[in-house]
Parts: sequence; structure tokens; C-alpha cells
Amino acid sequence: MAEFFDQYLWTWLAYLLAALVHATLLINVVAVGALIFIWMERKVAGRIQDRLGPTRVGGKFGWLQTLADGIKLIAKEDLMPAGADPLLFRAAPYISFCASFCAYLALPFAFGWWALSVNTAVFFIVAVIGLEVFGVILGGYASGSKWSLFGAMREAAQVVSYEVPLGLCVVVPVLIAGTMDLVTIGEMQSGWFTNWYVLHDPFTFITFWVYFTCAVASVNRAPFDLAEAESELVAGFLTEYSGLRWSYFFMAEYSSMFVVSGLASILFCGGWNGPIPLTHMLGIADSSNPVVHYLANLLGCLNLLGKAVFGVTFMMWVRWTLPRLRIDQVMTTCLKYCTPIAAVMFVGATGWKYLQLPSLNGLVPRRPMGEVREYWLASDQGGSMKSAPAIPPATVRRRPVHMEVR
Amino acid sequence: MNLLAEPVGVAHYMVIGAIMFVTGAVCMATKRNALGVLMGIELVLNGANVNFVALGSEYLRPAQDGLGLDGQLIALFVIVLAAAEAAVALAITLNFYNNHMTVDVDQADELKG
Amino acid sequence: MAPINWHTFYFLLFALTAGVFAVAVAVTSNVVRMAFYLVLCLSATAGLFFLAGADFVGAMQIMIYVGGTLVLLIFGVMLTAQGPFISMKTRSGEWVLGLLAGGSLLAILISAAVGVRAWRPVELEEHSPQARVTASRLGMGLLGARVDQLDQSDKTLRAGMSGYLFPFEIISVHLLVVLIGAAYLARPKKRMRPGEETQA
Repeated sequence: MAEFFDQYLWTWLAYLLAALVHATLLINVVAVGALIFIWMERKVAGRIQDRLGPTRVGGKFGWLQTLADGIKLIAKEDLMPAGADPLLFRAAPYISFCASFCAYLALPFAFGWWALSVNTAVFFIVAVIGLEVFGVILGGYASGSKWSLFGAMREAAQVVSYEVPLGLCVVVPVLIAGTMDLVTIGEMQSGWFTNWYVLHDPFTFITFWVYFTCAVASVNRAPFDLAEAESELVAGFLTEYSGLRWSYFFMAEYSSMFVVSGLASILFCGGWNGPIPLTHMLGIADSSNPVVHYLANLLGCLNLLGKAVFGVTFMMWVRWTLPRLRIDQVMTTCLKYCTPIAAVMFVGATGWKYLQLPSLNGLVPRRPMGEVREYWLASDQGGSMKSAPAIPPATVRRRPVHMEVR
Repeated sequence: MNLLAEPVGVAHYMVIGAIMFVTGAVCMATKRNALGVLMGIELVLNGANVNFVALGSEYLRPAQDGLGLDGQLIALFVIVLAAAEAAVALAITLNFYNNHMTVDVDQADELKG
Repeated sequence: MAPINWHTFYFLLFALTAGVFAVAVAVTSNVVRMAFYLVLCLSATAGLFFLAGADFVGAMQIMIYVGGTLVLLIFGVMLTAQGPFISMKTRSGEWVLGLLAGGSLLAILISAAVGVRAWRPVELEEHSPQARVTASRLGMGLLGARVDQLDQSDKTLRAGMSGYLFPFEIISVHLLVVLIGAAYLARPKKRMRPGEETQA
């Protein structure tokens, strides 16, 4: 794309434009996603509580409710308490938002559709999601209010603790796949749904649920939303925020919900591979025709989005069903239950893989595993690309053409 | 001379590493808050890490001259040790606070007698 | 206009961020703002690591340094702060001394960095994307197998390049000891001063 602009404009402007187009694409995933999720949350909450939820704005289902809310929030007066630290108070929402947005950089949406191909994508995403807590802590501290400080303290303790079991759970599929590259992990689960890692062995099945619990806790959703416990802390770290800044925190929350769900679906549930390998059966996945190929990728992308949205809906269901835990119960859940369970599952999955016990993943034959491995050892010895052994088709098949800035 | 068209070398990384190292050292020397001193230490360690990674990078000079993987591995060890160091230093600071009701390191002068 | 060298462009971006915020850490007296600047500085350093081809170290930097160590630091600030925004001023004499020593150290380090011929920028041919795959090689290195040194012909050098399994084990035990030690040091206990009421 940059080359296309380069024909008509100055070089720097061309690159800027190309970068802007790609960034806008990604930002819209976050912004529009948040719009839809907030509407969905209100609908789900309404249905769970035997209400209708929003019904007026924008037709029968209240489609435009969030947009109306957004306009209200923009028009609202932007208040800052006199005792606040102005710089940090202003910067905090943007830190949260940027952190959760950065995770999208490494999240592949389909084979070949990613913003940045990072070799250590899993690690990168988990690390960047952990950064979101900074906005919350700084915002809570800079507000200069006791409620906010309490919320920030709880958040710091909670997120640092929950990163341990979360990391342990993420390691399990990485261990089975033998790579931290999300694209490779996703491709290794292609085929029927029995190839998904959640069905690899009993340990991974339990790991998936532990991961989901920890993910809910690490993005601060109820029943773990101790940082903004309305019943005790007014609104926790959000107490002094209003208007657009407040909504930035919310956008960050919803987008990180989507990221952890997307990560769960790639790590455990096959990512862009549907339960039935339709595209492979019809033979359009490997088609050389760009349009057909695009359609296959679109189908994969929809698969991933569907799974992630299902995860988000699940989180909403949990939120409106379970009561909020006390802070000591939150810590107990993490340190006395999630961490030991995750550790045992890690050892169990390692043993299962090491002993090569029978697994559901072998139920339906598929392409041999070696085809989608990283060929790091071979390329190391060969030195240059030319003398390296032939690269297997799965790794070079379909060069990414979309959303790659450089 | 067009700044943006010149390639970057190990020296560039070492300059930025040196800046971080020196600001960290100045931070350690001038801060009176114990946590500020701690942050200075983190800056110093990071300045050193930048150098290790730059010397080991295949992107900055031919692979056979560089440190290779050693640079990255040492940087990893430094990061892990820095985490351990921060935990212990924080525990010491909390103890200090419990005993003196302040984190001003200039107040720790009981050994003067 | 000459074609932009994107490595240089991003290097300047990250290096300026890291340098400016490193200086900001040193000159601010408000400890929470210091922590905030340090976050930005260390994140920019992680960017520098990515740029130098050390993906894993960069992600590690974000995860452990920024996400773990600095959260701990801010936690410490919150636990020990008495006023809402504490700041302890440094005396001007200390500033002068510190800047003098720091300035001379900086001059020496920079002249050393620029002076070595082998560290000057060189034109390299484009790297294949395979060169970026570092995580597996690092993992093998930690387990004691140096896959990047397989073709090392020198016998003595080869013996010294057997990997980092032993340091890795030592560091693991070290972390465990630190964990227990820190928990022991920071445990709640009675105040030392007589006359004050005991506090948990």
C-alpha cells in the first residue's frame, strides 16, 4: 500500500498515510467492538434479570443506544478534582487504552491476516495485557481520593497475582505446539474440531477453564471487579472520572475482554479453524485465486470473531449471574486454587505429551504435525535462505498481503 | 547529511545505553526517597541491558563478530535478577518505613552514634 | 530525498523516548511521576530490543520489568506514602556534584562507544525472516544446547559454549530464596519504638 501511495506523494507522507489506514482499521475493531459489546452487555443483563434492556434508540432492539451514550459522554463536562495530579490524571486513561490496543498488534485474525507477525506473539500479548493495570493504578492514585486509592491498591495486588496462573495456563498449549507463534499454533489445530487443544487431553480441558477464570480476573470483570466495587468503593478507581476519559477506561476494558477471549480461542479452540474444515473440504483454503482465497480467509476471520464474541458473552453471563467476591476470597481463589491447579495441569499435560498417550487430537487424521513446525533449526544450520532445506508449504503458503504496514 | 537515511550501528545503541546508565547513577546519587534510589538502579540495569542486546544483535553488525545469543541470554538473566533485587529492596524499604516512619534514606543515620 | 531507513527512524523514535524519559526520571521529585516516566522509558527500551531483533527479551522486558517490577514499585510507593503526593527535594549541592560526576561519566562512556571501530554502523544485506526466530534458540541455550554454535570448529571455544543450564538452575533457586526472604522481611511485626501501641 505504501508503494502505491509512493507513486503519487512524498515518501514520508505515503508511509504516514499507509500506516494511518492500517491503524484506523485496527482501532475500529476496538471502537466498534466496544460499541457493540456495551449494547450487548445491556441486552444480556436485561434478559438475565428478566427485563428487556434498551428498546428505544435506533429501532426495536435499541441498536443505537451506545452511540447515544457516547454522544452524551462527549458532551459531558470534564471534571478534575482539585487534589488530583493533573498530568497523571489525564494520562491514565490513554495508558490503559494504548496497552489493550497494542495487544491487537500481535493477534492474528486469520491465516495471513495480522498486523505484525511476532515470533513470540503469545508472550507479547500476555505481557501487554498486563500493562493495562498501569492506567488503573495511576488513575486511582492520581485522583487524590481514598476510594480511588483503595481501588488501585486492590487492582495492583489482584493483577500481579493473577498473572502467575494465567502465564502457567498459557504455557500449556505453547508446550504442546512447541512454538509461541500464534499463527503456527492456530494452524496446528486445523482440521476437525477434535484437533483443538482443548480436547488434547483431560489436563488441557481443565487448563482451558482455569485460563478463562484467570482471564476474567485479569481484565477485572465481575465477579473479580474488586477495583471498582460499586457496593463498597463508590466506583473504585473510576470515582473521579467522568465524560470521555471514563469511557476510555471502558473501551480498554471491553477491548481487553475481546483480546483474552481471542487468545483463548486461538490457543485452545482452533482459532480461525471452524469445527468442520469446510474450506479445506471444498479446497478453497489453498486456492491460488485471490478472491476465493480472500473468501476463505474471511470465513476463518468470522470463525475467530464468533468464538471470541462467544467468550465475551460468556463473561457477561458470568458477571450477571455470580455475586462479587470479597478481596480475600479473590486472593484465595488465585493463590490457593488457580495456581496449584494450573501447576498440576502443566505437569500433567507435559507428562501426557511426553508419554505420547492417546489423544482425541489423533481421532481424525490430518496433515502431519511436522508440516507446520517452525523450521528454526534447519535455517540456523543452513545460514542463508537459499541453502536451507525446502521450506514446507504450510509456512510460506499465502504470504500475508493485508494489514502489513511495512 | 540526512539523519534518517544513515544506518544505525552498535555505537548508537551504546550511546542510549550510556545515557540511561548515567541518568540512573545520578538518580541513585541525588534522590532521597528510597524508592527513587530503587528506580535509579532499574535504569542502570536497563542501560547495561541495551548494550548486551546491541552487541548480540545480528541486525547491527555481521553475525560472526557479535556476541550472538550470549547477549540476549545475559540480558534475560539481568532482567530476572533485577526482579529479584526489586522484591528484596522493596521488602527492605518497607522494613525501613516500619522502623523510621519515613522512606528518606538520609534519616538512616543511627550508626553515627 | 533519500529513501528513509526505517530501522533508523524507529531507532530514533524509541531512543529519544527512552532518553528523554530517563532524564525525566532523574529530575522529577514526585515519586509517582518518576514511576510513570520509568514505565515509558522501559517500554521504549523494550521497543529498542524488538528493533535489535531480540523479540523474546523485549517481551520479557515488558512482562517482568514493566508489568511486574514497576507495579511492585508503585505498590511500595502507595504503602509508604504519607501525604497524597510526597516529594523530597534534593539539596542543590548534591545536584551539582551528581551532575558533575554524571556528566564526566557520560562523556567517557560516549567517547568509548563512538571510538571503537567495530561498533560503527555497517551496511548489512537484508535479513531473512527466519533470523528473527529467537525464542526456540534461547530456550535451547538455557537447556544447555547452543544451536547457533554448532559449527564452531575451535575445540576450546566449543567447550565453553555448552549453554546456560547451570546458571539457569542457580537463578531458579535464587528466585525461590528471594521469594521466601522477601516475604520474611516484609512480614508484619511489632513496632520497635517503646511507648507506641503495637500495630499489626
